[in-house]
Amino acid sequence: MKVFLLYPDRDFDLSRALPPNAIDLSQDLALDVLFAAMAQDDQFLWDVARQVVLSGSDELDVILYRQEILKDCLKHPDVVRLIYSIPIEFLERKRKEWLWISPRHAAPSSIVNGAQRMLEVSLDLLGRLRKIADEHARSFASRGFRRFFSMIEQELDDVYLATVAEHIQALRFPKGVLLSAQLGNGNEGTQYMLCKPSDPERSWIKRVFASKSPIYSFSLHPRDDHGARVLGELRDRGLARVANSVAQAAEHIESFLKVLRWELAFYIGSLNLYEQLEQLNEPVAFPQVAPANERRFSCTGLYDLSLALAMKRTVVGNDVIADGKNLVIITGPNQGGKTTFLRSVGLAQLMMQAGMFVPAESFSANVCSGVFTHFKREEDKTLRSGKFEEELRRMSAVIDLIRSNGLVLLNESFASTNEREGSEIAREVVSALLESGVKIFYVTHMYEFARRVQEQRAQNVLFLRAERLADGTRTFKVKEGEPVGTSYGADLYERIFVAGETVSRRMNPLAQQVQACSSTLT
Amino acid sequence: MGEALAVFQSILHPSEGVQHETPRQPDFFSDLNLDQIVEAITASKEEYNLKPFFWTPLRDPELVRYRQEVMQDLEDQTVMACIKAFAEKMRTVRRYLALAEKLDYDYHKKGWILEAALVYGDAVTALARNLAAMSLKSRGLLAFRDWVQRYAQTPEFQSFVTEAHQVKRALSELKYCVIIESGKFKVKRYEGEADYSVEIERIFEKFRQGDVESYLVKLPERSGMSHIEAQILEFVARLYPEPFAALEHFCAHHLHFLDETIQAFDREIQFYVAYLDFIAEFKRKGLPFCYPQVSTTDKAEFVREGFDLALAHVTHNSAKSIVPNDFSLNGPERLIVVTGPNQGGKTTFARMVGQVHYLASLGCPVPGREARLFLCDRIFAHFERVEDIRNLRSKLEDDLVRIHEMLSRATPDSLFILNEIFSSTTLQDAVFLSQEIMARLIELDTLGVWVTFLDELASFSEKTVSMVATVDPIDPTVRTFKIVRKPADGLAYARSLAQKYRLTYEQIKERILR
Repeated sequence: MKVFLLYPDRDFDLSRALPPNAIDLSQDLALDVLFAAMAQDDQFLWDVARQVVLSGSDELDVILYRQEILKDCLKHPDVVRLIYSIPIEFLERKRKEWLWISPRHAAPSSIVNGAQRMLEVSLDLLGRLRKIADEHARSFASRGFRRFFSMIEQELDDVYLATVAEHIQALRFPKGVLLSAQLGNGNEGTQYMLCKPSDPERSWIKRVFASKSPIYSFSLHPRDDHGARVLGELRDRGLARVANSVAQAAEHIESFLKVLRWELAFYIGSLNLYEQLEQLNEPVAFPQVAPANERRFSCTGLYDLSLALAMKRTVVGNDVIADGKNLVIITGPNQGGKTTFLRSVGLAQLMMQAGMFVPAESFSANVCSGVFTHFKREEDKTLRSGKFEEELRRMSAVIDLIRSNGLVLLNESFASTNEREGSEIAREVVSALLESGVKIFYVTHMYEFARRVQEQRAQNVLFLRAERLADGTRTFKVKEGEPVGTSYGADLYERIFVAGETVSRRMNPLAQQVQACSSTLT
Repeated sequence: MGEALAVFQSILHPSEGVQHETPRQPDFFSDLNLDQIVEAITASKEEYNLKPFFWTPLRDPELVRYRQEVMQDLEDQTVMACIKAFAEKMRTVRRYLALAEKLDYDYHKKGWILEAALVYGDAVTALARNLAAMSLKSRGLLAFRDWVQRYAQTPEFQSFVTEAHQVKRALSELKYCVIIESGKFKVKRYEGEADYSVEIERIFEKFRQGDVESYLVKLPERSGMSHIEAQILEFVARLYPEPFAALEHFCAHHLHFLDETIQAFDREIQFYVAYLDFIAEFKRKGLPFCYPQVSTTDKAEFVREGFDLALAHVTHNSAKSIVPNDFSLNGPERLIVVTGPNQGGKTTFARMVGQVHYLASLGCPVPGREARLFLCDRIFAHFERVEDIRNLRSKLEDDLVRIHEMLSRATPDSLFILNEIFSSTTLQDAVFLSQEIMARLIELDTLGVWVTFLDELASFSEKTVSMVATVDPIDPTVRTFKIVRKPADGLAYARSLAQKYRLTYEQIKERILR
């Protein structure tokens, strides 16, 4: 029995480590806000959300498979939450009754015993799952749920469940154990095999008396503990294979229920998120997915989900068409929404590849082999080296991981040295990445760099600028627009120094929210 | 058995009267880290007591070549596999016999003697048969093959093997039933009862898919027998008396079946196997080994890409790579003087020189690409020990006493490995003492390596060769561990940051497309 709600043909690999850049991604894209919204204070949901979002798929079919399932979930949230309650109930019982399958090195008789009890408490839950399938299967449309329900119907019929229950009892061997054996090396007994009395009418004891072989019998002294132990061990040798069968069955059912809880948790988290965005009146869209080798990116109303959740209100969305582009350069004034836009691109890409809806009115993009971020960091905590060197080290770590068809989001990279040097390194890095098949979104102030790219008039480059109205007001929207040589730092200077406000440093409101959200979970 | 056979001498030496075991480890072993090497080589082979072989160097080039030939034959994987299969079986034989020795119940004991006999017969037969198919070149293995083939053909050995198999077959065909109840059991013949586990497995099949782990308990194989199992065996013998009578007869007639020559070969061949096994992993990692040309007359010598085998051993699990080094002594040159920065690989180099000389004298392949080496009569090593500040003066005195004692025993054919010997005394003293000792070494015409911080020694005479531990020309804090022939110097450069982080255009493209 397989759950297969995340992949059409396999379980989610729990042993797979998060990508090495998971910490950078979480920090740069404020993913903790997303996970917190999905988790709703449930640590398990948090863990699953993080695992699935950070290890998204680049297979189109997998993404569509999950989209279908998620659409079913949005249509039938109550049934889905009911199914989710079954594995929860199982874990509850297991905890209350102190059930476990004996460890693999335990004696077969104790393995048989533990497995018998585990099967007894799970058989009726499987029956309950069967009932849900009977009632609701027909109203679900996704391949994933249809396969799941029809598997339940096939595998868990009543007759079979009854037979299993019966044999669990028979394996208690009230009348003793009959083994056949041979002489192995050193004339030691070997090939112990559990035998079945061939005539069900008579007990095997009667058969023994009817047999032609002489029978030699030996009774242990009542205080012969050692002898009794040896005899128990021989019995265990006979039971080894049976113990294996029963324990594997118990483990299989347990693991089925655990996988069901795990995979469904991702959809429960998505449901939670959906309900919150609905309250904020923010739109969501199921993205159109293009293959990795195409260069697709277009959106309307794409907004920064983390910002919306953190501020608990609607935020500005952007409309961008960058189909056929592999380099998008975003310039413009400080605090004009460039970073917010960059973050919304990364989040949407991750959510799309996890199989979720994305925060936009419409969205389409090609899948990528991995999302990477290289954001300017406010401070170098390690103090091991200069800022520029720290930047280079992080970039080098990105290069270690990124492959063809990767997506990298650069936020003011190489700005910690002078503009000439920074531009030169940026030019080398960007052209090497492009030629290696990487797609780049680059927020930069380095006019020198932007200008040189612009001069090449290449078809594959799109320039965006954060909008600034004639009166200096920022709309926080990015629009198509060439880089302009003037820096808008004067604006900042104007506001902070000349306007005489005492605000010397603006604390990013998002950062504050993220801190608050994550501390409630840890 | 075997009284009509010609004698086979030893796989370690071709003729009688060659001493090939020494009970004590040579003095210089720990300075050269040869103790670690031999420990590692012999670690998994305690039962063969191989160390006395590794403590006994040869001085005769002919004996060295006798061993090199055997080594080279064994580098053929099929020959090695054949010897290892034999050794593994012989271990089993010894284990079974030792086990039988300790057992209490007669049929049980004799059962294990029979197993040992079966494995021994198989070991010898397979060895003789497999060696026949091999293209051997060494005098040692050719002579042994000749001997073992004739031994395996003797009528005594043949009938021993046949009888063992007959007895075993009869016993293993027996099948019986044990019925276990609480506090008692019964034994009877097996009468066609069906397998119950199969039925249970079929019923639970649906819940049993590939992803679950096995709960098939591997109950430990017991090498003893309790009174219960002995009682069962006793009942089985009563149910089937004939096969047990045959077993009694076999054991009475073949009590001492192990041949002495086979046993000696089994131990001595492990000298080669142990060494080749030890170096196999380094060879897989690309470290070179070679069979040196050896001489007792020509002191011109060289090694290309030599390395410290002990270091290779301790670092082989870490990412640290081994840096090979060359050296050569031509014409009048006798002494290599090594200078350069600390931690630059000087000591490692000195050890390498000592190790290749010693390993060559055992007849082993040495760590290096190519080598010609002098077979020394003695190796003297003196390394600076952990300093004892309280007792400096007596330490210097002690050093001088030791060096004096070495010099008095040394001959022109000896090898000296000296490492920072006077580093803890005053500079003036160090220069004076070093020059004095250098003069004596040169007069004696011995070979040697001297690691020192005293540049004066590097250009002492035409017999000295100066070698220097080098640093990275771009970053002087980076040691290259390369020891090269040149006068002492040092270099320092700055380094471009982007290049350091491998972020140039070419570097990035190469990294992503790799």
